Amino acid sequence: MITQPDTPIVIIPAYQEERSIGDLVRSLRERYPYDVLVVNDGSTDRTSETAREAGAIVLDLPCNLGIGGAVQTGFLYARDRGYDVVVRIDGDGQHEIEDIPKVLEPILAGRADAVIGSRFLGEAEYRGSIPRIFGIRFFRLLVNLTTGYRVTDPTSGFFAINRRLIEFYSDHYPSDYPEVDAYILMHRLKARTIEVPVRMYDRTEGKSSITAFRAVYYMVKVTLSYTINCIRRFE
Amino acid sequence: MNRVTIFSICASAGFLLYILEMVRRRKLREEYSILWLFGSAVILVLSLKKDWLDTLAHAVGIVYPPSFLFLVGILFILLILIHFSIAISKLHQMNKKMAQELALLKSGNEAESRSNPETEK
Repeated sequence: MITQPDTPIVIIPAYQEERSIGDLVRSLRERYPYDVLVVNDGSTDRTSETAREAGAIVLDLPCNLGIGGAVQTGFLYARDRGYDVVVRIDGDGQHEIEDIPKVLEPILAGRADAVIGSRFLGEAEYRGSIPRIFGIRFFRLLVNLTTGYRVTDPTSGFFAINRRLIEFYSDHYPSDYPEVDAYILMHRLKARTIEVPVRMYDRTEGKSSITAFRAVYYMVKVTLSYTINCIRRFE
Repeated sequence: MNRVTIFSICASAGFLLYILEMVRRRKLREEYSILWLFGSAVILVLSLKKDWLDTLAHAVGIVYPPSFLFLVGILFILLILIHFSIAISKLHQMNKKMAQELALLKSGNEAESRSNPETEK
């Protein structure tokens, strides 16, 4: 596949998504002229082959790095190949791909450095589990209290960023729930960040990685790394 | 010399020699041996020089001098554990970077072999 650096690239981190990734990549390829990059985070199923057959560029990580490390691999690819805009979506079909132009438009118009799709703006269809909703509320409070951003959906993994953030995230991207931590990084960079309404659905395939115990563990861990990112120095 | 003193000297000297031997056989890297060597040397000296131990224990307000030895030992163990956590974090970071570079390299090689199919048999 010949990459075209002027067009946006859609980055999809995928771990054991063989059942949903093929259809997702095919609909993206049919619907948009953008390159589609699947970062296979050490899956043991046919995620990599399925994505490749559907027409995606595939990066195979030799071991499971977790969501942050996988997405960062995509940013590194975009940085090295000279892409100016990245759209990042989930590989399990939770994000409505018809809404991609909504997160892209403000970036392409130069009005924002980052555009984050929120499932809570506009007509909300989203219903999540109790620990997930609680976590979202908690992180929303954290982000709103510490940055100037008005955030409704701090854990949204449906977003677009421009070249400046691609380069920064290639060097500094958090590991767990990177989206929450990313807010403090964007705040430190004085990035122009806005939210737009997008549609998200409950998972159709596979299991969500979130259980009550892990939710608490991640809340503590993310809060810690968030706090440290407030006082850390970035060279 | 009482029995506990002899035991303390033998144990710390034996430990010191064991660490040195591990470094000599390259089973332990020098950078990870420094804290072990330093810790066992301090305990060895304090076991040999009972009056130093008494003075130091007294200086920090410890009535029973041998418990000062425990304190020193525990502090060194803590230091060594922190040292390990830092080393693991560094390895974790390096491991992540290498996995990412490897994935990027592999995709570059595949793109190359697709554009010149004759290079690959």
